[in-house]
Amino acid sequence: MTRGEYKIAQKTSVFRLLKDKMAGSVMFTFTMLSVLLLILIGAGLVIKSLPILEEKSLWELLFTSKWKPMRGDFGFLPFIMGTLWVTVIAIVWTLPVSLFTAIFLTENSRSWVKKVVFPALDILAGLPSVVYGVWGILVVVPWISDSLAPHFVEYSTGYSTLTAGIVLGIMILPLMISLFVELFSSVPQDLREASLSLGATRWQTTKYVLLKKTFPGMVASVTLAISRAMGETIAVLMVCGNIVQMPGSLFDGCYPLPALLANNYGEMLSLPLYESALMLSALILFVVVFVFNIVSRLILRKIERTLV
Amino acid sequence: MKLPFLSKKIKWYMADWNETELKKGFFRPDQKFRTDNAMRSNMVVDHLNVTIQGNHILKDVSVEIPDRKITCIIGPSGCGKSTLLKSLNRLLDANEDVKITGQVIVDGEELYAPGVEITHIRRKMGLLSQRPCPLPMSIYDNIAYGCRIHGLRNRKKLNMVVRYYLQAVGLWEEVKDRLHSPAARMSIGQQQRLCLARGLAVEPQFILADEATSALDPISSKTIEDLFLKLREEYAIVLVTHTLRQALRIADYVIFMYMGEIVEAGTAEQIFKHPQKELTQKYLSGVFS
Amino acid sequence: MKIKFVEEKVMKGIMLLTTLLVFLFVGSILYTIIKNGLPALNWEMLTSLPGGGFYIGKEGGLLNAIVGSLYIVGASTVLGLVVSIPVVFYLNVYLKRNSKRASWARLAYDVLFGIPSIVYGAFAFTIMIYFGLKTSLAGGIIVITLLIIPIFIRSMDEIARELPQDMLHASYSLGATRFETIKVVIRQIAPGIATATLLSIGRAIGDAAAVMFTAGYTDSIPTSLSQPAATLPLAVFFQLSSPIPEVQERAYAAALILTGIVLVLSLLGRIITNRFSKNKIQ
Repeated sequence: MTRGEYKIAQKTSVFRLLKDKMAGSVMFTFTMLSVLLLILIGAGLVIKSLPILEEKSLWELLFTSKWKPMRGDFGFLPFIMGTLWVTVIAIVWTLPVSLFTAIFLTENSRSWVKKVVFPALDILAGLPSVVYGVWGILVVVPWISDSLAPHFVEYSTGYSTLTAGIVLGIMILPLMISLFVELFSSVPQDLREASLSLGATRWQTTKYVLLKKTFPGMVASVTLAISRAMGETIAVLMVCGNIVQMPGSLFDGCYPLPALLANNYGEMLSLPLYESALMLSALILFVVVFVFNIVSRLILRKIERTLV
Repeated sequence: MKLPFLSKKIKWYMADWNETELKKGFFRPDQKFRTDNAMRSNMVVDHLNVTIQGNHILKDVSVEIPDRKITCIIGPSGCGKSTLLKSLNRLLDANEDVKITGQVIVDGEELYAPGVEITHIRRKMGLLSQRPCPLPMSIYDNIAYGCRIHGLRNRKKLNMVVRYYLQAVGLWEEVKDRLHSPAARMSIGQQQRLCLARGLAVEPQFILADEATSALDPISSKTIEDLFLKLREEYAIVLVTHTLRQALRIADYVIFMYMGEIVEAGTAEQIFKHPQKELTQKYLSGVFS
Repeated sequence: MKIKFVEEKVMKGIMLLTTLLVFLFVGSILYTIIKNGLPALNWEMLTSLPGGGFYIGKEGGLLNAIVGSLYIVGASTVLGLVVSIPVVFYLNVYLKRNSKRASWARLAYDVLFGIPSIVYGAFAFTIMIYFGLKTSLAGGIIVITLLIIPIFIRSMDEIARELPQDMLHASYSLGATRFETIKVVIRQIAPGIATATLLSIGRAIGDAAAVMFTAGYTDSIPTSLSQPAATLPLAVFFQLSSPIPEVQERAYAAALILTGIVLVLSLLGRIITNRFSKNKIQ
């Protein structure tokens, strides 16, 4: 390299720095844009649901149960109750299952068990929602209507709140298990050894050390799972029965919010108030998911900081 | 230069061997040969203060790094040795909440002046970290990476550089048949030597080593130490170490630090034989470490 | 025998049982889908378009949905990568460690990740109406891109955060700029990018709620971005609601195809992750 070439190298050095700066600002733009998406969705939903909020009070919308869009009655209560019931059922039965499985995976099992269970969970997590729906229709619906329901009620089609809860539970199972496993693995090994060396059994160690230590994290994980469960659409829609009513028993059909949105959106746009009402249901989902997510993420983050 | 038996592949690497060009260097043609004794590189630390997350880590550190000598920074752990080393290279900037006042001056350029172009100054300083950290690519690319960045893209010249610096650190015979296999597959001692070669390939004047032998087995660390002694003829080497014996073996100059301050600095003989401060005497006699 | 040992045994039993239950679910789902889907699955299903009277049980296939799904997923994966790789680099290389800005951005991506796909769908549909667009391939691509960007960013970011600080320092100390350091970073997180891609593809291909309003449904293969496109999940969904048994069976076949694709993807994910880890520094 001669002196002249060196000059060129100096120039390319300036060019390199320029490239670095330019790339930096392009990346910054992408980052900001993707964050902006969140604000955009929120704002869009609010603007679109303003018409109905101006017409009716929020109280009336959320806590009355008359749903006659053609006559202008928009009571969201049946849908909200439907969502709540389905979510509660799903969480109630998956919580113990996922908790015990996660404890088994982190505390007791040998490595080969993990090698078998984790791929199975991966499969479960990866299956499309619609496949769960098909499975629900083929397996859970007949089981409920033929075997389970006759013991409790006179007649059930099988397309019920309970069915939706079961199917939804299986869908959030892998999420819950992986959240719990992550949580339990973050507990330092020393803590367990301290307890074991005092003569505690494995289960006692789990009960008094692990579960106690990770309790806030478990709350956060469950919150996260709830917010995921609430938004699940297609699978629930396929098995829940889609009947606008307050579910009286577990074997009645119900109509959760996402199902309302999926079934009616895009068709009833001639009625501006109806469209606005549907957007309000999307907004409700958005707000719930937003709040739940922020809360649980902040808790989880705080735990991460204290444990590390 | 006498050539060993050459396989076909190696012949290819040898085709355009030009030792003069290599010695002269590709990235510093404004200087004379590094073998010229008149050429001196110069690094001065001037009243450097570093505060990380509210902790005052370095307190008013002023010192001069001599060229073509091995300078050992010694002191108990947590005294700011590594921080001082990183601040010589401006690598502390990558962390949040770091406040730095004072100056490091390399060949007349102020590192901490606003708007300074840091990349060409960093090129002048090779860094060897505690654990060897090869880049996630092949052995060949590890060495070629820095050269490519600084504009050397000629394949033949790159081949030459790779071989030259692998020879310089004594790796060539060990890896010449697997130059294109991942660097991660080498032993840890080899990895550290590769990191050294990678640093040398961009023709630095300084070598900064942060406890470079502490993760290695005794034989590998001996190899690295011997390399440092050899490289002393051409480079200024700054070595952070917490093993006094290593400092005794190879240091020309010694800087003793305690609680973020330089307690004493001088030639190895001065510090080890006639320490002036009480703290230094205590440390050297093993009262604390 | 102390009570604590009995408790230990009982609890261990319960744990084993719940773990087996998880397996039971996986097995039951796969078995059901295969058992019902396989008889209806044939070559015609995969290679031909729906013929006249397809929806009352006459002949035809699902090629429209297969191709539509591939179009949407392919395009949105590429778009998603183009957007999210720079974001991950910005968060991990350009921003300083523990930077406040990065922390807020990550929170935003977490929330975006949690937003249900139906909300994405409704939002995208509103935007499309605002711009006077009809349900189309473009709409489907856009909404799926929006949906998978948070998945991409989150899963790549998780890997990138474990990037050793020493490696960045090694590159900087050679005189590389941050932008040039990306060459190093991309090799280190290559396995992460591969897994993230497959994860996103899996999510994208299986999502029905978002494309329902935006991509529409059609019996033909779209030839331009403004035409509607069919997708596999919707093919399952619509055909299952038909009262005719032959049509329902086709829904099972479509579900089987979908499941097959997803399983192959996750298998590929494992292989590629192992492959790409070659250069990775532990």
